[in-house]
Amino acid sequence: MSEAVAIAHDGHSHDGHGHDAGHGHDAGHGHHQLTENNFLGLPNIKLAMWAFLGSECMFFGSLIGTYFFYREMSLGGPMPEDIFDVNITSISTFLLLMSSVTMALAVDNARQRNFGKMRAFILATAAQGAAFVGFQIYEFSHFVAHGLKLSTSLFGSTFYTMTGFHGAHVSVGVIWLVMVALLATQGKLNKDKIAINVEVMGLYWHFVDIVWIIIFTFVYLLEFTR
Amino acid sequence: MASIADFAGAQPPVYHQERESKYGLSDWLTTVDHKKIGILYGISGLAGLAVGGLEALLFRIQLAQPDQHIFVGDQFNGLVTMHATTMVFMAVMPLIAAISNYFVPLMIGARDVAFPRLNAFSYWTFLFGVLLMHSSLIFAEFPAAGWTGYAPLTTKPYGAGGIDFWWAGLAMLAISSMIAGVNFVVTILNMRAPGMTLMRVPVLAWMILVVQFLLAFSFPPVTVGLILLAFDRTFGSVFYETSMGGDPHLWQHLFWLFGHPEVYVLILPSMGIVSEVLPVFSRKPLFGHHAVIFSGIFIGFVGFGVWGHHMFTSGMGPIADAAFAVTTAIIAVPTGVKIFNWLGTLVHAKMRLTTAMLFAVTFIPQFTIGGLSGVMHASPPLDLQQHDSYFVVAHFHYVLVGGALTGLFAGAYFYLPKITGRLLDETLGKIHFWMFIIGFNLTFFPMHLLGNNGMPRRIFTYPADAGWNTENMIGTIGVVFQVVSVLIFFYNMMVSSKKGAVAGSDPWDANTLEWMIPSPPPVHNFDFTPVVLSERPLWDHKYTPGFEITVPAQREEIHMPSYSWRPIIVSGFVLLVLIGLLSHIWALSVVGGVGIVVGVYFWVSEPV
Repeated sequence: MSEAVAIAHDGHSHDGHGHDAGHGHDAGHGHHQLTENNFLGLPNIKLAMWAFLGSECMFFGSLIGTYFFYREMSLGGPMPEDIFDVNITSISTFLLLMSSVTMALAVDNARQRNFGKMRAFILATAAQGAAFVGFQIYEFSHFVAHGLKLSTSLFGSTFYTMTGFHGAHVSVGVIWLVMVALLATQGKLNKDKIAINVEVMGLYWHFVDIVWIIIFTFVYLLEFTR
Repeated sequence: MASIADFAGAQPPVYHQERESKYGLSDWLTTVDHKKIGILYGISGLAGLAVGGLEALLFRIQLAQPDQHIFVGDQFNGLVTMHATTMVFMAVMPLIAAISNYFVPLMIGARDVAFPRLNAFSYWTFLFGVLLMHSSLIFAEFPAAGWTGYAPLTTKPYGAGGIDFWWAGLAMLAISSMIAGVNFVVTILNMRAPGMTLMRVPVLAWMILVVQFLLAFSFPPVTVGLILLAFDRTFGSVFYETSMGGDPHLWQHLFWLFGHPEVYVLILPSMGIVSEVLPVFSRKPLFGHHAVIFSGIFIGFVGFGVWGHHMFTSGMGPIADAAFAVTTAIIAVPTGVKIFNWLGTLVHAKMRLTTAMLFAVTFIPQFTIGGLSGVMHASPPLDLQQHDSYFVVAHFHYVLVGGALTGLFAGAYFYLPKITGRLLDETLGKIHFWMFIIGFNLTFFPMHLLGNNGMPRRIFTYPADAGWNTENMIGTIGVVFQVVSVLIFFYNMMVSSKKGAVAGSDPWDANTLEWMIPSPPPVHNFDFTPVVLSERPLWDHKYTPGFEITVPAQREEIHMPSYSWRPIIVSGFVLLVLIGLLSHIWALSVVGGVGIVVGVYFWVSEPV
């Protein structure tokens, strides 16, 4: 019973508005007025992103699983060892990994409320992501020129679908980054919520990065261990 | 002894932004209120129940007598495909979503879900998906590959245009369910009233929490399966093309990795409803409260490891067969734990046999029959005999109709008075109950015998000398009973919501927070945020000295999000993308994609 009351008080203090009737209301608290109690120590939006990323794990798990289900089962057409150019893909991989550094710096600057620097790092992240997508478009057209199409073989179907959906996720991330930079410039984002929004965006970006590390390791590098 | 009348003196909170409380068309289209969205889901689910039931009636007429030719071949296949798809995705799931939406925030003492606009987006995406799939009747023909949609049966050479509507509709439902899952996980974990520790969360809310995890994590595999199917049909990829080396196992694995957790998505909420209804009408606490919660969590976890028992006949090999046999046998254990807990709740209880209680009590034996005929199939040799026979049809209907739907009916009689403010008529309710239970058992019990006598699923007719005539005729008569009983239920709902006895806040002398507020609840749900001190906060408030819920002296300040057009518009653009994909008019998809980006931009920049 006493424990329960202690929790109760804890819950109220998290609420931020409490019992102070004269407390000046700040529109930024909008969402949090729906009694967000942070039992897990995570704000709603961050918990939502973690749950969504769990769902995304199953999504990419299924796509990568399909790739491995069909690995070396193609009946014809170019095989991975015929067309992979690991040097070029390493460059784009390096770019994507480095974009995680600029993303982390953007989050750090958002927390310190250096919004100018934050915007610069966000745009730098977006630029590297866009470059990665550019490399992927080049790679796809290069592979098509070498006779690997979506309909050529199981390898073509699984490879393009898996890496294509990863590229789509990077593209969504780039759009998101640009959108946040734009909204921050226009002052449409609540300054108290920028840090958490950028952090959640960072979670997504790092996740997409990690998925690529898995694909690069198990799809590209594995071909060179044989 | 305190009573809930104590709360009557509580003053409503101070609004910083008024939420709409009108009921015009635009209010329904733009609402972000979890209660209104719950009602929308409920109406959609009841409509789905009617459509799915009509489809069942039609093909049962075809099967009533041997050698009939009313619905032949693909017409029959289309009816059974759409019956199953409708009942699973457009009747039972939205009815569950209705209860989750309306009651989860009330049960945990919250003012709304964590992301109200996202919640509206989930509903509209669900509705557009349903309409898209059913529009196949106008633009093509019903998809006829069974609700499991086994590829390559659904690929271009074998599956006609209806399949495109099927995958596109299901893809929208997958998006909707995944987002709703994330939303409710956050809501239940983060929005609980002060003092409501995890073990004090009502069992129904707990089961819904498990279900939301299942939705968020089990839909992606089938989404991938549908994407691969869509690519095969639209862009010429070869995932399911056996002449190119494609393996029919792929779809089965992706589908059942979703499909089996989906079974628990359908049954766990009804288990939660029964766990709420039995204690209230037994006037006892739920026996083994924590065991019921933990067994539900355990079912959620193991539910991801049993999908292979749907594939014993597909030749996965002895090691996979053995592994899935073991996990399937294991998952029966937590289910059995729950059954004993419900029985324990009823021991020495002074039961009040209302219609809700009758349905809840009947849930137990009917679900147990379905569970027992299910765990039989954990044994691969037995499964090989019964696979694709009417025995399996009997099994899953005992679980889904005798279990899930019966539980939802209990929930309807129990919870609808909170929504409408008026009690359902008990006499009509009991007629509904008896007709439904008799009809259900008439239809599905003989199917056990039919299956053991060798009648396969998915045949549109059978010869007169096969020895299946009596059971089939009885089955069709049972369906008529069920249809009439559900019509009585619909009539009861319509009449009672206008003319029924006034329910008041707490008509059942219940346990949980939703019964401390007026029926129907005000827009802001709670005048003050209740502080929860026990597992049965309202019961203890009424009957246990020292556990009263106190009304704070000061009025709370609240800010409710206002209506928004953004969710339905963005959802419409998602629909446009899919229409473009299935009609091969790519411009529509491009417009839809751009529309989504622009819509999201306005969504995030909208002040809430």
